[in-house]
Amino acid sequence: MSFTENWGKSCGTTVGLPATPKGSRRPLQQVRELRERFWREVRVPGTGAEFNQNLEKALRVADFLELGELMIVDAYHREESCGCHLREEYQTPEGEALRRDEEYAYVAAWEWAGENEPPILHKEPLQFEFVKPTVRSYK
Amino acid sequence: MRFTLRIWRQKNAQDPGRFETYEVDGISPNTSFLEMLDVLNERLIKEGKEPVAFDHDCREGICGSCGLFINGRAHGPLPNITTCRLYMRHFRDGETITIEPFRAKPFPVIRDLVVDRSALDRIIQAGGYISVNAGSAPDANAIPIPKPVADRAFDYATCIGCGACVAACKNASAMLFTAAKVAHLALLPQGQPERRQRVQKMVAQMDLEGFGHCSNTGACAVECPAKIPLTAIAQLQRDFIWAHFTPDPYAR
Amino acid sequence: MSSVQTLPRPSWLHTAVGRKVVMALTGLFLMSFLVVHLAGNLLLLRNDGGAAFNAYAEFMSTNPFIRVLEILLFAGFVLHIYQGLYFIWREKKSRPIGYARNAAHANTTLFARSMRISALVILLFLVVHLRHFFVEHRFLGSSLTMYDSCKLAFENPYYTLFYVASSVLLAFHLAHGFYSSFQTLGLVMNHRIERLVKVAGAAFAFLVPLGFAVIPLYFWIRTF
Repeated sequence: MSFTENWGKSCGTTVGLPATPKGSRRPLQQVRELRERFWREVRVPGTGAEFNQNLEKALRVADFLELGELMIVDAYHREESCGCHLREEYQTPEGEALRRDEEYAYVAAWEWAGENEPPILHKEPLQFEFVKPTVRSYK
Repeated sequence: MRFTLRIWRQKNAQDPGRFETYEVDGISPNTSFLEMLDVLNERLIKEGKEPVAFDHDCREGICGSCGLFINGRAHGPLPNITTCRLYMRHFRDGETITIEPFRAKPFPVIRDLVVDRSALDRIIQAGGYISVNAGSAPDANAIPIPKPVADRAFDYATCIGCGACVAACKNASAMLFTAAKVAHLALLPQGQPERRQRVQKMVAQMDLEGFGHCSNTGACAVECPAKIPLTAIAQLQRDFIWAHFTPDPYAR
Repeated sequence: MSSVQTLPRPSWLHTAVGRKVVMALTGLFLMSFLVVHLAGNLLLLRNDGGAAFNAYAEFMSTNPFIRVLEILLFAGFVLHIYQGLYFIWREKKSRPIGYARNAAHANTTLFARSMRISALVILLFLVVHLRHFFVEHRFLGSSLTMYDSCKLAFENPYYTLFYVASSVLLAFHLAHGFYSSFQTLGLVMNHRIERLVKVAGAAFAFLVPLGFAVIPLYFWIRTF
């Protein structure tokens, strides 16, 4: 299906590993367009009044579109690299992932702020009491 | 390969339902039966028609979701497999394939080929459990169980609850399903405290749900994807008779 | 998930399992009767003009112990038939909508599938048989000896044919019934016992009806 292919391209090649700084806002735009197109063009056989496996699948796609969009938002707000989650503009002179714990040592929880509104970020800081995070070396 | 499909279509539980005929073509012999239905559904959606509803989940024979009555047999023409593990190479090219839902009074049709099998869950709820105090997990080998016993108990425990036994049974009996759980727990020390009540409660629930009786034809064991043997049923019968005719050591 | 209804526990006789136990016990009892009946009948093959058989028939109809057993035997038949009828009704109730296409031959034996037909033929046989021998001699005071009565009957080819055909259907009924009884009583504990019971059942289902069929055939052949 062409829809699935579009979706894969938007997510896989641009927010995938490693993410490039170039065209940073493009995938977000693409997913939003895709989501809009989904709601405009989606056709679900049957009705919601009865057992409907097609509706179930359509709802799942709708969920994935929202979740995918949020993942892109989250991925780009986090201006650091972390292990395999490498952003090319954040790397050490030796080409290793550059983590920025002083800025991003938190779990991001995003709050829905309404259609077409940017989601609100809630930070849940990561507190390390006994073991302090260190940068792993593969050498 | 080309097939003519006679599929049971039923909008909801109230609809009397009817067979409809569909042609599918260009099916690879290595297509699974469910994939063949996916191909049909994809086409029906494109044609603006209602796709055929059928249950499926893992598609690797372990979840027990898929259950179709194909050409007069539960899970199709091969013994001891699930529908998802059935391939189109098991059919003749050009064959007419009749697909029906599992039929039994306790399995009402929800839509097309999907039936409600929660009656089986209620049989398990009635007694197919052991009661333990929650807490830290006991040591793995704290209770010694001989290997052959553990093996047999495990054989009975492999039931995936697909309902093929009910579908294949001429009496729509759930005996193999119920017996698998009864026999599994009857063999293990953890199952002993509730052993008598378990078999009585589960048999009572089985009757209440409206399942039929067992006439030992063995059709269930032939169709069972988990290969639960009929000896499970003998175990249930034995326990049931025993529970009624011997004094309960746990009674006050 | 729906909640479990609490229910008054039915008496064991009214559960599907309990009813099957009654079916199995009466079935085994009737099978034991078949053996006794056949043993007596084989006296008909003795070339003594029916002396031994008549003595046996006399004993069976006068001995008080046998008379009590006779009542039990009737009760066994009635219970067996009653449960059978109940199961026919229940089968319909458990699957109100049947399959459009059913390939039961692929997962069951012919004998298991034909239990109902064989039962019907055996019942029909029973009515004819009881009317002809039991009622005739016990209640209507036949002037013939039991041996002569048999001889007269079996020299009629139609009568012999009916008896032989009934024996074949009895064989069908026993071919499934024997194993089924043991299974229902929970005695088929493992695959070794299962094999043993099935072999014994096949032998029983072959030999006993064969014995019954040989007797009318013997009288009929002697007419040539």
